[in-house]
Amino acid sequence: MSDSLVNLIIILSKIAVVQGVLLTAVAYSVYAERRVSAFIQNRIGPNRVGPAGLLQPIVDAVKLLLKEDIVPANANKFIHSLAPSISIIVSLSTFAVIPFGDTITIGDKVIKLQIADVNIGILYFLAMTSLGVYGVTLSGWSSNNKYSLLGGLRSSAQMISYELSMGLAVLAIILMNGSLELDTIVNSQAGWKWNIILQPVGFIIFLVSAFAETNRTPFDLPEAEQELVGGYHTEYSSMKFALFFLAEYANVIVSSAMITTLYLGGWQFPYLQDFGLPPMLVSILQIFTFTAKVTFLVLFFIWVRWTVPRFRYDQLMNLGWKVMLPLGIANLVVTAIVILFMKS
Amino acid sequence: MKFDLETVLFFSLAVLAVGSAIMMITRRSPISSALFLILNFFTVSGLYLLLKAQFIAIIQVLVYMGAIMVLFLFVIMLLNLHDEGKLKEKYTYRKLTAVLLSIFLFCLLGFTVYFGFEGKFKVMSEKALTMGTAESLGVELFSNYSFPFELASFLLLAAIVGAVVLAKKKFE
Repeated sequence: MSDSLVNLIIILSKIAVVQGVLLTAVAYSVYAERRVSAFIQNRIGPNRVGPAGLLQPIVDAVKLLLKEDIVPANANKFIHSLAPSISIIVSLSTFAVIPFGDTITIGDKVIKLQIADVNIGILYFLAMTSLGVYGVTLSGWSSNNKYSLLGGLRSSAQMISYELSMGLAVLAIILMNGSLELDTIVNSQAGWKWNIILQPVGFIIFLVSAFAETNRTPFDLPEAEQELVGGYHTEYSSMKFALFFLAEYANVIVSSAMITTLYLGGWQFPYLQDFGLPPMLVSILQIFTFTAKVTFLVLFFIWVRWTVPRFRYDQLMNLGWKVMLPLGIANLVVTAIVILFMKS
Repeated sequence: MKFDLETVLFFSLAVLAVGSAIMMITRRSPISSALFLILNFFTVSGLYLLLKAQFIAIIQVLVYMGAIMVLFLFVIMLLNLHDEGKLKEKYTYRKLTAVLLSIFLFCLLGFTVYFGFEGKFKVMSEKALTMGTAESLGVELFSNYSFPFELASFLLLAAIVGAVVLAKKKFE
């Protein structure tokens, strides 16, 4: 077998495995959300299908697939179907640049545990999150429904506002590392030099912005039931609705993975290399470390959703433009000054 | 001409770019026009990638597709235009002349580019291969081109301040 063919197979299998794991994780984070919310509200939650309700996601998927697909009258049919696909494509393809482990050696091949090692990884992430707005905006417009339109517009305004502070928080990290590569950023966080310790303010800004970008409570105004019925996906049913649902949870997982990569040391387990373990075991442990950190953050997302009430719209905008943005700029300036003094 | 992956990609992207540009100016509904413009930006960003200019490619997606076009869509949706489909275009001599002149200009430019550059630039130079990365672009911007760069930032700042002043006047 020629070398390029082997490389092609490796890349394709990496994509298949990562997307498979990601989609399974998305299905089970829906289950986790229902169980955790039940626990927080002193209920039992779904526990009928399979042991402890573990087969519930499969049943849900089958139910959604079998439902009738309704397109509202006078809606733009093409854009109405295009919008959920944009949402899901954008959120799934963002994962391509996230390193979920260092390298793994199989036979004499050294495989990098990252789908695409591009040298503009962070910018790719920011670009993809900014494209996510389209799914929401277009679905709101094409549904031919006032509630949907308002939800879509709210969401685009919210995403644009919080993208800025997210970008500023990321800029401080770029300044510290001098690189846009996610791999370099993870490598520089070896040991306990995690960016959450070096950049606590940036971490908080990024975390809050990530909540706003994924439309999760306390920032879930685009789908505020009391005011907007269901928000931008009011008119969606069957699998199209399911795609929006999947995209939301995929966004949560991708955001958690990004927070892990940028602030929590990515796949780094402090001083794992010094224990003298076999390299294969080290690689697997690194993947487990990454998965554990991401799982923790996903649970944190769920925990916050069932604890904190929703913001009012003006509060949301004030927080974004009058608190987060100045804080982000201040954080950037302070970081720049500190780096300047440390270099000279 | 050899048919490697790059050529195939180039021609499919080029056809998509031209096609989406034509679709954009011929659609009646403003939303469809805006969507075709977004598709056009996307294909152009792909062309940048083929030229090894990754930074510009991703900035194209980030700024034009992710920010500017979102605002375009936003405005079109808020205005809620429905009467565009009923508008009728009148064909006058002035328009006919404009069409003929633009075809002439297109041919002129096409011939100049085709015969002027034929045979040259077949091989990408060493410098061009690394030019597109963020690092080399940054070095160039902050050394050789720092004055125009700062000038552009002043222009943008003035535009921002202007926008704020105009918006404030309306609410007072």
